[in-house]
Amino acid sequence: MSIRTLSLSLIASALFAAPALAQTTLLNVSYDPTRELYVEYNKAFNKHWTAQGNEAVTVQQSHGGSGKQARAVIDGLKADVVTLALAGDIDELHKLGKLIPENWQERLPQASTPYTSTIVFLVRKGNPKNIKDWGDLTKDGVEVITPNPKTSGGARWNFLAAWAWAQQHYGSEAKAQEYVKALYQHVPVLDTGARASTITFVNNQIGDVLLAWENEAFLALKEQGGDQFEIVAPSLSILAEPPVSVVDKNVDKHGTRKVAEAYLQYLYSEEGQRIAAKNFYRPRNEKVAAEFAQQFPNLKLVTIDKDFGGWKTAQPKFFNDGGVFDQIYQAQ
Amino acid sequence: MSRRISPVIPGFGLTLGYTLVYLSLLVLIPLGALFLKTTDLTWAQFIQVISAPRVLAALKLSFSTAFFAALINGVIGTLLAWVLVRYTFPGRKIIDAMIDLPFALPTAVAGIALTALYAPKGLIGSLAADIGLKIAYTPLGITLALTFVTLPFVVRTVQPVLADIPREVEEAAACLGAKPLQVARHVLLPALLPAWLTGFALAFARGVGEYGSVIFIAGNMPMKTEILPLLIMVKLDQYDYTGATAIGVLMLVVSFILLLAINLLQRRIETP
Repeated sequence: MSIRTLSLSLIASALFAAPALAQTTLLNVSYDPTRELYVEYNKAFNKHWTAQGNEAVTVQQSHGGSGKQARAVIDGLKADVVTLALAGDIDELHKLGKLIPENWQERLPQASTPYTSTIVFLVRKGNPKNIKDWGDLTKDGVEVITPNPKTSGGARWNFLAAWAWAQQHYGSEAKAQEYVKALYQHVPVLDTGARASTITFVNNQIGDVLLAWENEAFLALKEQGGDQFEIVAPSLSILAEPPVSVVDKNVDKHGTRKVAEAYLQYLYSEEGQRIAAKNFYRPRNEKVAAEFAQQFPNLKLVTIDKDFGGWKTAQPKFFNDGGVFDQIYQAQ
Repeated sequence: MSRRISPVIPGFGLTLGYTLVYLSLLVLIPLGALFLKTTDLTWAQFIQVISAPRVLAALKLSFSTAFFAALINGVIGTLLAWVLVRYTFPGRKIIDAMIDLPFALPTAVAGIALTALYAPKGLIGSLAADIGLKIAYTPLGITLALTFVTLPFVVRTVQPVLADIPREVEEAAACLGAKPLQVARHVLLPALLPAWLTGFALAFARGVGEYGSVIFIAGNMPMKTEILPLLIMVKLDQYDYTGATAIGVLMLVVSFILLLAINLLQRRIETP
């Protein structure tokens, strides 16, 4: 076979193969640390889906900073489903992109959040600085690693967890503001995303404590064999709720609504919940949660909706230009 | 146009047409769209965005680190070009090929590698820390990353010019009684300066806009080590597209003025 006929036949097969694939492809646009979770989940979902007599689906994954991913979908990335770090980013799909209805969060159980996480401390082995709770982070000589809340969804959860603790502990907003200001004076590096902060803390060995997604902290522990770091659970933290949604405009155009909805619903099944728990996300299902009770420290958790009035209130108050976070640095 | 003489290869209209279409699609239309988007802001709002203390601090940081990186490369890059052109030694071809590597490497990889090396606990960073020098997470670290990324510019612009100056010219100057420094000052320097300035300007412009490699080593502390491109990303993450384009326009205008100044300087040198 000459090179020419070979390439022609390759082109031909690509042309014929493409439409067949397109019918059964889902694009899941997600944030950074869910990569391992969805690799495992996609396999399980496919098994479940084909067992019901459906055609197999190819699920493509896209990962990146939560805000950046939301922007990509608004700008035209053809996501069938989004599984992002916070509801505020998915809200923008409605507000800026008109891609989903306003009540998107009411369409699935538990405000469309099939798994949760929280914010914990990762410290160096033996906890040499004796860090037990939020109050210890502002002691002399303690360096704290957390990403920039302006560019990282995880960092926004970190910030709000610190705020919630200080508000309860000191009893006023003004005191809470003083505390977070003191806290960020102990931050030597503000990375742009959660993974970058993990690299700074784990690989470059900067800082004494990393404020991290619980799942990210467990993952770092697992990869390092557990002999360099340990997890410290503070007395109070925040229930981090990374929600999911079908992107209505795109699934209707692709004709993938049925499979996309099934894909998200299966996250709530026992198997889906078990896979989430195995990847260190806290399951919602009580039976599965009981199975993994040993794995997750028992924490007092505040929530974004009850304690901060939801992202619609928290985002402008704390993180938009001129908000509480900006004031920390402007005052210097 | 009165002095226009027919060139050997005809086709002025066709080539100019291509040039204009090409430039429009690649440069003018995107930049035009950028300017258009900023018109969503009133002048007062625009001034407010670009005169915020954090923006001004970042502006100063971005342009000064890019300037110093270009300057460092101006000196070391010329030296490298000199060594590569004027001497033959084993491994010369390999070193010559290595010069372009910073272009091929994804900038984020360069940033992570440099940070790992120059962080306080890193291989080189720990040595620097012993003498009380902090490199990563300071403006020095940003300059270092920019120096790495813009290394090829000065070398590659100066190298061919240097190769075109025959050794005989230097020898002739020496025969006429010029001291080595005088040869460098009166023979080599004037010939090299235009190319050197081009390399410097390219390195500088590239450094101002660089994001990927800097972001890991900068530390990104507001008012201290936050570069302008990061502020643009921050605005975008708040879905503040117009604010982001306002900073983009500011960067473009300042860069354009500086590059224009360098171009004029070049012309004055070339036609004394």
